[in-house]
Amino acid sequence: MAGDDLQKRAATAIVWLLLLGMPFWLPAIGGYTELGARVVVLGLAAMSLNFLLGYTGVLSFGHAAYFGLGAYGAGMTIRYLVPSTSLSIIVGTLAGTIAAALIGPMIIRLRGVYFAMVTIAFGQTFYFIAFRWNTVTGGDDGLIGWTRQPLDFGFAKIDILHDSVAFYYLVLVLFAVAVGCMAWLLRSPFGRTLLAIRENERRARFLGIPVDQHIWISWVISCCFVSLAGALYALLNNFVDPRALYWSQSGDFVIMAVLGGMRSFWGPLLGAAIFVVLQDYLSSQTQNWMSFVGLFFVLVVLFFPRGVLGIIRRRAAA
Amino acid sequence: MSLLRVENVSKHFGSLVAVNNISMVVEPGELRAVIGPNGAGKTTFFNLISGFFPPTSGRIVFNGEDITALKPARRVWRGMARTFQITEVFPELPVRENLRIAVEVAAGNRLNPWLSRDADGEVRARIVELMDMGGLADKADRLVGELAHGDQRATEIMMALALNPRLLLLDEPTAGMGDQETYDITQLIRKLHREEKLAIVLIEHDMRVVFHLADRIMVLAEGEPLAEGTPREIGANEAVQAAYLGKAAA
Ligand SMILES: Nc1ncnc2c1ncn2[C@@H]1O[C@H](COP(=O)(O)OP(=O)(O)O)[C@@H](O)[C@H]1O
Ligand SMILES: [Mg+2]
Repeated sequence: MAGDDLQKRAATAIVWLLLLGMPFWLPAIGGYTELGARVVVLGLAAMSLNFLLGYTGVLSFGHAAYFGLGAYGAGMTIRYLVPSTSLSIIVGTLAGTIAAALIGPMIIRLRGVYFAMVTIAFGQTFYFIAFRWNTVTGGDDGLIGWTRQPLDFGFAKIDILHDSVAFYYLVLVLFAVAVGCMAWLLRSPFGRTLLAIRENERRARFLGIPVDQHIWISWVISCCFVSLAGALYALLNNFVDPRALYWSQSGDFVIMAVLGGMRSFWGPLLGAAIFVVLQDYLSSQTQNWMSFVGLFFVLVVLFFPRGVLGIIRRRAAA
Repeated sequence: MSLLRVENVSKHFGSLVAVNNISMVVEPGELRAVIGPNGAGKTTFFNLISGFFPPTSGRIVFNGEDITALKPARRVWRGMARTFQITEVFPELPVRENLRIAVEVAAGNRLNPWLSRDADGEVRARIVELMDMGGLADKADRLVGELAHGDQRATEIMMALALNPRLLLLDEPTAGMGDQETYDITQLIRKLHREEKLAIVLIEHDMRVVFHLADRIMVLAEGEPLAEGTPREIGANEAVQAAYLGKAAA
C-alpha cells in the first residue's frame, strides 16, 4: 500500500522532470522543441479524453469536435477580434466547453457504442461547417493570415512567436494546470462517483448517484480540457484546418489513450508521445505511416490491453 | 404513518404479466419477507418499489410521498436502499473504497471536489463502523471481486446500509451460500432489524431464515398475491402449502 504510493509519487516526479527538461534533452537526442510542444498538447488532449474514457467508462469518438472548436476559437479570435494569445486561449476553451455543455444533454443517456456513434455524428457536423463556411474559416485551405502573439504582462513581454522554448513553457504551464485539476478531481468524492459509474453503473445508480448528471459533468470537464488542447494546437501551428475536427482526429486521441494505457493517469501522455514520434519519423520514411501506427496499436491492444504503461508496470512489479 | 404503501401495482412485459395487482404496506421497523416459487415476480416487485422500471399501473407511496415516477437515485435520497439477487458491487475496488463511495454519497458529498479534514475523518470513522458491523474489518484492503461470495454479499449489504436507509430491500441475501455464511448473514440482518430498528423487506428462499426473521410474510405465485400473514398463519395456510411450501418440502 505505502510502497505503491511511493512508486506513484516517484513516477509522477519523473514525468514532471522529463517535461520540464524537454527543451534541453529533446534536441540532444535528435528532436526539436516544437515536437515536444506537440507531444504535450496532444498528450493533454488524450489525457482529457481519458478522464471520460478511463475514469468514467464512457467512450467518445467525437472529441475532435471540441478540440477543433478550441482551435478555431483561438485562431479566429486573433484573426478577427484581438491580437491576444491569452484571450484566444480563453475564447477557444470556452467555445468548445459551451458546445459540449449544450450537446451533452442530448447524448448522455446513450451508452456504449451508441454514445460513440452519436459523438462522431456531432463531430462530423462541425467538420462540415468548418469545411463549407469558406469566408470565415478558410474552408479546406484552413484559417491562415494570423500568428500567435507575444505575451504582454505590462512589465514584461515574452516573444512566444519566435522563441519556441518560451512557447513550450507556456504550453507546459497550462498543461500542468489542466492535468492538476483532473488529478485533483479524480481523488475527490466527485471523482470516486465517476469511478463508481465506470465499475458498475447499476450499483452507482442505486447508491443514489444520478448517473446521467455525473456523466454530463465528466463530459464537460473532459471537453473543456480537450478544447484547451485544441486552442494550444492552433497556436503551436499558427494554423487551423478542418482536419482538427475530423473524426479520424478523434480516433487518434482514442488510439493514444488506449496505446499508452487508459487505466493509468499518465498512460495517454505516453501514448501521445509514441504516436507523435512515430508519426514524425515514419511520415518522412513512408506515405503509409498510419498503417504502421495502426499495426502497432492492434498489437498492443491484443497482447497488452492495459497499454504500454501497463507493460512497464508489470515489468516493475515482477 | 406507514413507511411504504404499494397500491395495486402491476408490471407487464409484453404479454407476460410478471406482477399482477399487488398491494403491500410496510410499517416503520417491520421485517417483511416476500416468498414464492421461482418466476413468481418477487424481483420484479422489488424493481418496481426501487424504481428500476416504472409500473404498468398502480402507485407507490413512501413516507407519505408518491414516488411512483421518481428515479432510483431520488428514492435512495428519500431513504430507500436495496441489494440485488446477483450481487452488485464494485469488484475491482477494495472493500474500503466500495464503502467510501456509499458513505460519501450518503453524506451529500457526491459533487464535492474536496473533502475537509473533519469530513474525511467522519467518513473514515463511518467506514470502520460499517466494516466492523459487517465482519469485514480484516478484509478492508482486499478487492471485493476476490472475496468469498458471503463477504461480497456482506459488502453489498453494508453499502446499502451506509446510505442510512429507512427501508432496506434485500433480494435473496443468502442465495448460493453455505450453512455458515447463511447463518452469518441471518445474524447480520437480525441485528440491523433489532438494533438499528431498520424496516426490511426480504426476498428469501430459505424457509428457516424466513420463519426465523420475519414479522410478516407475503406469498406471491405467478405474479399474484397468494397470502399474507404472520409466520404462524402462513405456515398453517393450506393454499400456501399446496402452492409453495409443499413443493419446497418435497
Ligand atoms: N426485464 C424483464 N423483461 C422481461 N421479462 C422479465 C423481466 N424481468 C422479469 N421478467 C419475467 O417476469 C417473471 C417474474 O420474474 P422475477 O420477478 O425475476 O421472479 P422471481 O424473482 O420471483 O424469481 C419471469 O417470468 C421473468 O422471466
Ligand atoms: Mg428473483
